[in-house]
Amino acid sequence: MSTESATPGPLVATRSRGRPKRRRPRRRTVVREVCFYLAVTVVVLFSLFPFYWMVRTSLLSDSAVGQGVGGANGLFPAHLTGSAYMEDFTQQGFLTPLVNSAIVAFATTVITIFVAALAGYALARLPIRGAGAILAFILVAGFFPVLAMVGPLFLVLRDLGLLDNIYPLIIVYLIYTLPIATYLLRNFFMQIPKDLEEAALVDGATRLVALRRVLIPVAVPGMFTAGILAFILAWNDFAFAVSFLETPGHFTAPLAIVNLGQSQFQVFYNRIDAAVVIITIPVALLVLFAQRRIVAGLTAGSFR
Amino acid sequence: MVAPAVILLLAVTAYPLVYNLWNSFHSENLSIATGQGGFVGADNYTKMFKSSEWLHALLRTLAFAGVSVALETVIALGLALMLHRRFRGRGLLRVAILIPWAVPTVVSATLWKTMFDPRAGFVDYVFGLHTTWLAGVWTSWAAILVADAWKNVPFIAIILLAGLQVIPTEIYEAARIDGASWSQSFRRLTLPLLKPALAVALIFRLLSALLVFDVIYIMTGGGPGLSTETLSFLNWQTFLVDTDFGYGGAISVMLVVMCLLIAGIVMRVMRTSAET
Repeated sequence: MSTESATPGPLVATRSRGRPKRRRPRRRTVVREVCFYLAVTVVVLFSLFPFYWMVRTSLLSDSAVGQGVGGANGLFPAHLTGSAYMEDFTQQGFLTPLVNSAIVAFATTVITIFVAALAGYALARLPIRGAGAILAFILVAGFFPVLAMVGPLFLVLRDLGLLDNIYPLIIVYLIYTLPIATYLLRNFFMQIPKDLEEAALVDGATRLVALRRVLIPVAVPGMFTAGILAFILAWNDFAFAVSFLETPGHFTAPLAIVNLGQSQFQVFYNRIDAAVVIITIPVALLVLFAQRRIVAGLTAGSFR
Repeated sequence: MVAPAVILLLAVTAYPLVYNLWNSFHSENLSIATGQGGFVGADNYTKMFKSSEWLHALLRTLAFAGVSVALETVIALGLALMLHRRFRGRGLLRVAILIPWAVPTVVSATLWKTMFDPRAGFVDYVFGLHTTWLAGVWTSWAAILVADAWKNVPFIAIILLAGLQVIPTEIYEAARIDGASWSQSFRRLTLPLLKPALAVALIFRLLSALLVFDVIYIMTGGGPGLSTETLSFLNWQTFLVDTDFGYGGAISVMLVVMCLLIAGIVMRVMRTSAET
């Protein structure tokens, strides 16, 4: 996609209106600045307030949740307790799903980085016939409707006796991660100067050795970005987990949350929100420490 | 070296797709003991096209995708323009909008379910209402739209921001010297030059909105009644609740066709309007 195709039409000059305004911009600029920061504040509040509400609710006791919002349980509750967190781990067994999710997300990330680096390198550098078609397929695969895949994959897993098992998810989650990671790494490898690699090849290294010793070290930032995105995507899945997993001991964390805190008599929002806080933490940390990489990865995945 | 990637992707995308196509012409209902696996011709498709549940799910899905993506794009454009400016606190703004994007849909859906809950929620509390949002049809859709926008606007904004950043600043200088007002240069320069980024964002978002599932499952379960049942949700129900893989296959095939069609249309529209 190129930006050249769009040519803006000629601008109508309104010189008579434009000039004098620039001489006394003071008050207007101040008003505009205030409005701007007001808008920024609204956006930040809208983005972050639900998180505050979630933390607030997670720190309420069971009885406080039962009483409902208001009175002592308003915006700033009078009594806070960590009991919902305790209950999630002791009674609700939330640790197992958490570990399951971590295993699956890490494994998917590692496989994604490895496979996508190989493919990305090959697509960027090797004279492959139909490289364009292959790349197109990899990209289009990222748009396949996930829910359409659920049925057939369910049958396949059933026939293989792999239903209600977290390990097949590692492969299934590649639907989410491989397309974007491959594309990202292909673009990354294309930016690395060819001379670097040729020097190694002249020195008698094979392609694989050149990849490992020369290119990979240079490509580490790109692989890091791809890894972060892959982890987020795998950690976030719900559709496949809810379709293939049956027993609570085999749940991933997002699936466990949906089945948590429901009782016949009331919904324990404090327990649900405590679990939500817990699974948000890794993602929030990733965003805090790698925001530039994430932004770069998202945009590189869609441009050039 | 591309082989592993291609083989893995074929296994998890193309193979299921072909399997669906096969199933859609056969009787594959696990809840029926007899007559399984037989060829039934286009029966599953006739059933689908005659089904009012499918038709309504289709219309709901299209309406949701249209409304949510239009709304989200407008908001995201504002957000992108905001982020494009250099100002104190830009980093905070960026983190504040990236976290909702990065968080699992389970989190965003559960969060807003809590927010809209009449007993545990903030919305009713702050506005002094006693609305059970997820019990009414339109209020359910409103809650779903808010949850969906909260998570997805940042994504569009980031893509549009990248589009803004590649526009050379000199042309704005030139426009200003020619006396163009802000709204003029926005209409005549920013929007046309932003078209490639807009196309990318629109396609990504339209396709994911057409496949909306997680939010629906968690917030309403397709209810009240069937009033928030979308195509993906209907597809899931057919597969895993009714265990009808033949009929589900037909719905899946149509889902794929619809996505391809819409992606194609968006691409074409954006390209032709960029040329004129």
